[in-house]
Amino acid sequence: MCVAMPGRVLSVKDGIARVDFDGNLIEARADLVQVKKGDRVLVHAGLIIQKLSATEAEEMESIFADLREIMGESDENR
Amino acid sequence: MKTADLVQAIAAYDGKPLTLMEVCGTHTAAISECGIPSLLPPAIRLISGPGCPVCVTVSAYIDRLIQLATSPNTCVVSFGDLLRVKGSSGDLCSTKGARVEMVYTPFRALELAESDPHTTFVFAAVGFETTAPLYALLVEQIIARGIENLKLLTALKTMPAVIRTLCKEDNAGGNACTADFVSTIDGFIAPGHVATVTGSALFEALAQEVGKPFAVAGFTAPSLLAAILALTKSAGRAEVYNFYPSAVTKEGNRDALAKVDRYFEPCTAAWRGLGTIPDSGLRLRAAFAHLDAGSDALTADHIPAGCHCGQVIAGKCAPADCPMFGKVCTPESPIGACMVSMEGACYHHYINDRH
Repeated sequence: MCVAMPGRVLSVKDGIARVDFDGNLIEARADLVQVKKGDRVLVHAGLIIQKLSATEAEEMESIFADLREIMGESDENR
Repeated sequence: MKTADLVQAIAAYDGKPLTLMEVCGTHTAAISECGIPSLLPPAIRLISGPGCPVCVTVSAYIDRLIQLATSPNTCVVSFGDLLRVKGSSGDLCSTKGARVEMVYTPFRALELAESDPHTTFVFAAVGFETTAPLYALLVEQIIARGIENLKLLTALKTMPAVIRTLCKEDNAGGNACTADFVSTIDGFIAPGHVATVTGSALFEALAQEVGKPFAVAGFTAPSLLAAILALTKSAGRAEVYNFYPSAVTKEGNRDALAKVDRYFEPCTAAWRGLGTIPDSGLRLRAAFAHLDAGSDALTADHIPAGCHCGQVIAGKCAPADCPMFGKVCTPESPIGACMVSMEGACYHHYINDRH
């Protein structure tokens, strides 16, 4: 039930955003996050719950950088 | 480092046996769909926790929904995954005369209510911290539009208290279905979309309290594998990691949290198989109680004879250890809630042959 999908905002009017999910267009409420055209957002059951701060590629880089640190720290702690 | 390196590093784990719990039902689905269980070495066991809202909803709540749906001039509005969950004697889907509307968003209920003022609509408001802001906005819209024929039947849950409960039961030894089942939880894959709303800080406080690591994960294979690998490196330490940084910040969505706090307050909640847990749920504040459709005291938890859903939800029993699993209880003909929901542990163990 906690499914949320990433999409891109095409337009915003009267607190309702039109969001593109790889060609599927839906309307989502934007009451709780300030969004504008072009923003990548996370939509849960018709509500934008967060603006995504990074692309998938950037997120992967961040994850791997964190992991390198964790692995390094762990080796030092042994 | 690449995803293949993560797989290799996890497969090479040869430390003490670890049991890691994915708390979120959407993680249960993603883990199965990514085939992650087949990549794990024997020393790492992944178990599903109480994070599927449909699975943890008690029978008394379903019975109340059926009672409402079969009342004159009353219609229950619900997400689809609740419709086949059994109450003490049936489900919404197959109850003769039940009037039910399935929706993808709670806001559709506003249109339904406005278009049919002679019917009282009741939204089946189940969910965790992720979904609570939608119900807060729904209440706000009901009031703003002056809608008098739309109410909520709430069974909203929150994560911290149930995780504390699992850790306490864990320390007490638990009651596994089978003698060889390892019930000690060494770390948690923290729910990504709950954390999107609450912020990762929630899990920092919890990690310190229970003395176990938490790794917030997204719903892709690399994010989930990173969480598992990090937990193998930190078992026994109260570490918190965030492997969903594009969506999860430390403070979460403050506007969403404020909106929930405006309309809801913490309450004792009933969990299938776990009993009632103080401060583990949300109910409408007294000022908005007129919008409640009778959510109080729905605690009865009828579980069909032989069904092990309660133990599965607590992580004390693997789905395949339930005597009904795959025999009389299948996705086509589910007995327990964990086989009904597409986020349920039993459903995913069945369709993906997860071991």
